[in-house]
Amino acid sequence: MRAILIAILSAAASAVLLGACSTSPQSQPPASVEERKPGAGDTAIPVESGTITPVDVTRGPGGSALSPLKDPANILSQRSVYYDFDRFDVKDQYRGLVEAHAKYMRDNPGARMLIQGNTDERGSREYNVSLGQRRSDGVKKMLVLLGVREGQVESVSLGEEKPQAEGRTEEAWARNRRSDMLHSGEF
Amino acid sequence: MRRWIAFLGIALLSVAPLCRAQLSIEITGAGAQRIPIAVVSFAGEGSLGDAISAVVRADLERSGLFRLLEVPALSPHPTEATAVDYAEWRARLADALVLGSVAARPDGRFEVRFRLFDVVKQSPAGGIAYTLAKGQARATAHRIADFIYEKLTGEKGVFSTRIAYVVKRGANRYELQIADADGAGAETALASLEPIISPVWSPDGRRLAYVSFEAKKPVVYVHSLLDGKRQAVAHFRGSNSAPAWSPDGRTLAVVLSVEGGSQIYLINSDGSGPRRRLTTSSSIDTEPRFSPDGQWLYFTSDRGGSPQVYRMPALGGEAQRLTFEGSYNVTPRLSPDGKILAFVTRNAGKFQVALLDLANKQVQIITDSDHDESPSFAPNGRMILLATLIGGRGVLSAVSSDGRIKQRLPYAGGDVREPAWGPFID
Repeated sequence: MRAILIAILSAAASAVLLGACSTSPQSQPPASVEERKPGAGDTAIPVESGTITPVDVTRGPGGSALSPLKDPANILSQRSVYYDFDRFDVKDQYRGLVEAHAKYMRDNPGARMLIQGNTDERGSREYNVSLGQRRSDGVKKMLVLLGVREGQVESVSLGEEKPQAEGRTEEAWARNRRSDMLHSGEF
Repeated sequence: MRRWIAFLGIALLSVAPLCRAQLSIEITGAGAQRIPIAVVSFAGEGSLGDAISAVVRADLERSGLFRLLEVPALSPHPTEATAVDYAEWRARLADALVLGSVAARPDGRFEVRFRLFDVVKQSPAGGIAYTLAKGQARATAHRIADFIYEKLTGEKGVFSTRIAYVVKRGANRYELQIADADGAGAETALASLEPIISPVWSPDGRRLAYVSFEAKKPVVYVHSLLDGKRQAVAHFRGSNSAPAWSPDGRTLAVVLSVEGGSQIYLINSDGSGPRRRLTTSSSIDTEPRFSPDGQWLYFTSDRGGSPQVYRMPALGGEAQRLTFEGSYNVTPRLSPDGKILAFVTRNAGKFQVALLDLANKQVQIITDSDHDESPSFAPNGRMILLATLIGGRGVLSAVSSDGRIKQRLPYAGGDVREPAWGPFID
């Protein structure tokens, strides 16, 4: 019984934390504890009910909330998928990121995305435009497979022209082999 | 080496623009036949801002086909009308001699006259009189150099042609510039906060097609140089890049991703009409270039597993692979006579310019630096302009198509890339 109670309380606590992270009250109602019932019926839940006054520090003086796309605590604020040399597949470590953006695009049918593929500086500029296109096409294909409408997403390439890191080192090149996901208003 | 020092002496004595225009020239290989020529400073040329004879000398020297002789101070100063003592010039080891004069006209314009003399045959070899405004001194000098070059070598000179290139300044300023073939007189045709790549001249030399990223993605524009009017001619969904003019100037080959991947299409250069798809592959097909006769389209493709140069009939058809050595051969560029293919090859991690003789299939690497890109033939096929990375910055250099003459063009600041040599202008 004690173990169960701890489990319930920690679940409730993380629910509260999640609620605090939710930063777009207009589009998503603040997560209330009642909505996050952890499993089997029990009676501990009502204790939490109504006892929490949400504090939202994401609202600026103008009253606008931080978009989930801009909130550093939200995975959606991450936009870049990085690649190995001469590779175009989305590595496993970026699958969660692409999935999160796919969910956002599904949940917001009016949203549009521009995916810009990039390469490191080595080789022909035009050939690198094509290599970057192969990278952005790959991310787009994954988004579409995850249920995003094809018309919501445009994949393009910047080739080697817009490096994130300057310099002719392996580290800089690794930072420049990437696809960037830009949402409406960012392109 | 002595020639080099002698030349330096001339350069130091002459005006500042010449010093800028002649940073370095390196001539290698035995048996380089260079015509010894004396270009005497033109009488009265000081009244024009640029010393005409100095620009003529620099042009001829840069071609690698002439050896410029030092000329002592002469009294009285000879002009094109002076009776030439051929024996005296023969004694100075000159095969050819140029004399000229500059006179101010009452209307504020200038008259430049010159005459070329064949010292060996002891006869005049032609001359021209030009009327010009003060600002046209360099252009006039280039025309004089073209006249001399053609008379003495039998082929057209390219000193009056122009080049285009892109300069990146600071973090995010890009300028598409047009300059004389010697790199002097640069003018900015387009300034942008987003990258510009792949400028190519229309066959008539009046327009440039290029790729601009100002729409946060690559879009192909055609830009009229005289009035600055520009039009997005390929602005489809996805990426639009790698424009190439057909020889008649009416069609552009472009690379589009609108139907997925990077595939070659033809569009009208005025942006009208539908696009016509030329390649249908699941691989990358890019960097198209028409052969000068318009029959073939050369391009880069990785359909064989690594990027290599191919060609196909310009109306569509089966592709034929042309490069086989190495795992990275890109950026095909045809010589004006269509006989030589220049391309960039990766050689032990270095990117160098190679030439493929399309008749005998011989390949020759003609540059020796680590990072050469965007080779571009002069319209007479003699020289190839390219961008070389030196100290992390791009500079323009040129190499003769036999690889013997290498030169660095004047450094104008910034990071210079994507040179394109323009056509002959009549």
